[in-house]
Amino acid sequence: MGFGDLELLTLQQYWWIIISFLGGFFVFIMFVQGGQTLIDKLSDNETEKTMLINSIGRKWELGFTTLVLFGGALFAAFPLFYATSFGGAYWVWIAILFCFIIQAVSYEYRSKPNNFLGQKTYEVFLKINGNLGTFLLGVAISTFFSGSEFILDSNNFVDWQNDLRGLEALLNPANYLLGFTLVFLAKVSGALYFMSSIDHEPIIDKAVESIKINFYLFIVFFLGFITWILTKDGFSVDPNGVVFIESFKYLNNFLETPIVLALFIIGVLMVVGAVFTAIVFRKTCCIKTGGVGIVLTVMAILLNVGFNGTAYYPSTTDLQSSLTIVNSSGSHYTLMAMSYASLMIPFVIAYGAYAWYSMDKVKITKQEIESPDAHNY
Amino acid sequence: MEEHLVDWSRAQFALTAMYHWIFVPLTLGLGFIVAIMETIYVKTGSQEWKKMTKFWMTLFAINFAIGVATGIIMEFEFGTNWANYSWFVGDIFGAPLAVEGILAFFMESIFFAVMFFGWDKVSQKFHLISTWLVAVGSNLSALWILVANGWMQFPVGMQFNPDSVRNEMISFWDVLFSPVAVSKFLHTIGSGYVMASLFVVGVSAWYLLKGREEMFAKKSMIVASTFGLITSLFLVLSGDESAHQVALKQPMKLAAMEGLYEGRTEAGIVGVGILNPAKTLTNDEDPFLFELEAPYALSLLGYHDIHAFVPGMKDLVYGNKEQGIITTQEKMDKGKLAVKALEDYKEAKKANDMVKAQEARVILEENMRYFGYGYIKDPKDVVPPVAPVFYAFHIMVTLGGWFTFLFAALLYLSMKKDISDYRLLLTSAIWSIPLGYIAGEAGWVVAEVGRQPWAIQDLMPVGIAATKIATTNVMISFFMFATLFTLLLIAEIKIMTKQIKIGPNGGH
Repeated sequence: MGFGDLELLTLQQYWWIIISFLGGFFVFIMFVQGGQTLIDKLSDNETEKTMLINSIGRKWELGFTTLVLFGGALFAAFPLFYATSFGGAYWVWIAILFCFIIQAVSYEYRSKPNNFLGQKTYEVFLKINGNLGTFLLGVAISTFFSGSEFILDSNNFVDWQNDLRGLEALLNPANYLLGFTLVFLAKVSGALYFMSSIDHEPIIDKAVESIKINFYLFIVFFLGFITWILTKDGFSVDPNGVVFIESFKYLNNFLETPIVLALFIIGVLMVVGAVFTAIVFRKTCCIKTGGVGIVLTVMAILLNVGFNGTAYYPSTTDLQSSLTIVNSSGSHYTLMAMSYASLMIPFVIAYGAYAWYSMDKVKITKQEIESPDAHNY
Repeated sequence: MEEHLVDWSRAQFALTAMYHWIFVPLTLGLGFIVAIMETIYVKTGSQEWKKMTKFWMTLFAINFAIGVATGIIMEFEFGTNWANYSWFVGDIFGAPLAVEGILAFFMESIFFAVMFFGWDKVSQKFHLISTWLVAVGSNLSALWILVANGWMQFPVGMQFNPDSVRNEMISFWDVLFSPVAVSKFLHTIGSGYVMASLFVVGVSAWYLLKGREEMFAKKSMIVASTFGLITSLFLVLSGDESAHQVALKQPMKLAAMEGLYEGRTEAGIVGVGILNPAKTLTNDEDPFLFELEAPYALSLLGYHDIHAFVPGMKDLVYGNKEQGIITTQEKMDKGKLAVKALEDYKEAKKANDMVKAQEARVILEENMRYFGYGYIKDPKDVVPPVAPVFYAFHIMVTLGGWFTFLFAALLYLSMKKDISDYRLLLTSAIWSIPLGYIAGEAGWVVAEVGRQPWAIQDLMPVGIAATKIATTNVMISFFMFATLFTLLLIAEIKIMTKQIKIGPNGGH
């Protein structure tokens, strides 16, 4: 028995689970983005700042890679989403891409002599990426719940109805909730990561302080977001593929799929537990627990909006143009072929974890950064 | 579609692709050169080789970051600017991109961190393996994206599904092992190896001319000219195979590459030539103002037979009964039948008229091969712009020949004589760095301009593939990207030249 014997719906669900996992992993790895916004607050001098940048600088490619894979997996598994959202909500995605290009060069170029734009500029780039990039991603994902204005023609080609091409999502205040949730979550996980990877007391002290503030802000926006989705009308699909509005759809989804609800609760508890342990006991362990918690929570939210007869990319202009995991997916054959490729994912995670462990078991110290032949960012 | 929208969308994609290709070749080749150097270090334990490895690695990193940044834009631009394309073939095209992410990018990025920061954190062996894996990973990512590109040039392994109005994959292996994809991959990575070798010999030559870092430069020169000589021979072979594939699958592109208007048997290759700007498809002007021709060569190169008939642009547009080539007008008629049949099919299905739907489906399937021609307005539109394709092809081939000679000469003199004495050769090695970039970009001009007007050969012209959006949006984003990429390129060049001036002993 192979993937080819599975029903199309099962493969579609399998791929939505993978997409949700990648989404979760990406939000976790955004500790890099959050960390970038903290480099001034957590440092008193250049050496400390360099320690911070080198700590997250060893992980930025991982976030980038996850974003690329997230795009590639969506392209292959749910091509209609790729075409509709990227082509339609043009400016949101172009803006997000911009925020990421400037990140990619900033680590490598920041401290190099003759770097043309100056160290300050590259640090500003990192902050734009960390604040604006994260915020816009949250807003873009929030439209999974609030909906967008588009029509699909008989060729399934997208006709976006709003001239702002995606920026109209910023006109809906509800979308800000997830945007800010991600910004503050990334700051919290960034600080947790610094605590785990840097062996330097002054930085750890300041990291703990910053978690305290950012965690409260995170909680405010996170509760706001959760309250919004649990009380709002949702976009439901009947067995014939007809989309209709259902009250409390996302609340119902949680109640009707207890596994997803359990993932959500466990995830949230792990994040809260990790933060609590870090600020009360000053433990440096907690990015791992917190990280798993973030992955589970985000997965649960994406599973909620994709499973149980839900249109995950709804159109408010034409309900029947809304995308579901059934009407937007790749063919049975492609999903099957890709499913075999997906068997490599655990292997990738294993060697990734091994490399991560090997690198992080020796913490970053002041001596290392000041050593003459260090490869510093 | 708005007027000019397609041109701006193409301009934005071309801009991104050409910037991306400034950085990628060096990543592809320098990864291996660095890995070879580190292997020598691990075998000999010599600190000199370690220093050499670290120096070239620093340059690798400066270049790598910006390659990654431009790469992510390319991936997402398929969606933002070619939404219709993304739906029409996403089922096939998306898969290699996803596999690329799973199999290649993670390998590259995870071991990249170990390679740079792991010197004192992991064992020597693990570090060496990491360096090799970065090189393998970057070449694997090239494989998958080139498979995707090869598929656009020669679509295989799929079937059109009128219900979902898209092409669906029916054989992953046909897509992966398509002869066009394989030769494209080999030729492209080969060009990356040659580019990286040119870079290393050029920089080493600069040190030798300045009388600096002699041992370092000579050793680097030997490694890179050996690697460069082997890979440029490989480049010639894979180029020959690529041309053969073009002849078989994209004869119009081949005709444009050679400025061949009238097809003939025993066709020669124009080695050097200047196109006559007055020449059009319909007049009788001589295609060339001046040309030097190598007889039989085009028939041989294209079809591996000196007597073979090579169709010219006129044969392909107006047909050639003798050679069994149908006219473009006929293809357009069939294409229009296919497009019409698809509409009929959709309507019949909506009306639940299964008999009619079946009839339409039969017509559609009979004519699907020419589906894209249904959107072509004038038969002459299937001819790509001849001048850029012709000149780009000839520049690429000429420079490829020069590079092969350069590596051979540098290697021979490095082994047998004191290379420092040959100052003219060293100077030309430095100048060959920009020439390498020109040759690489020219290669992509041949591949991509040469297949216009097709986004997917014969199935979808670029005009249908583009996202429907007001042109102003694409104009604005084009200039945003152009500005940002240019700023970053300037920064990269400044940082790179500074690091080279600092040298292997001065900085880190």
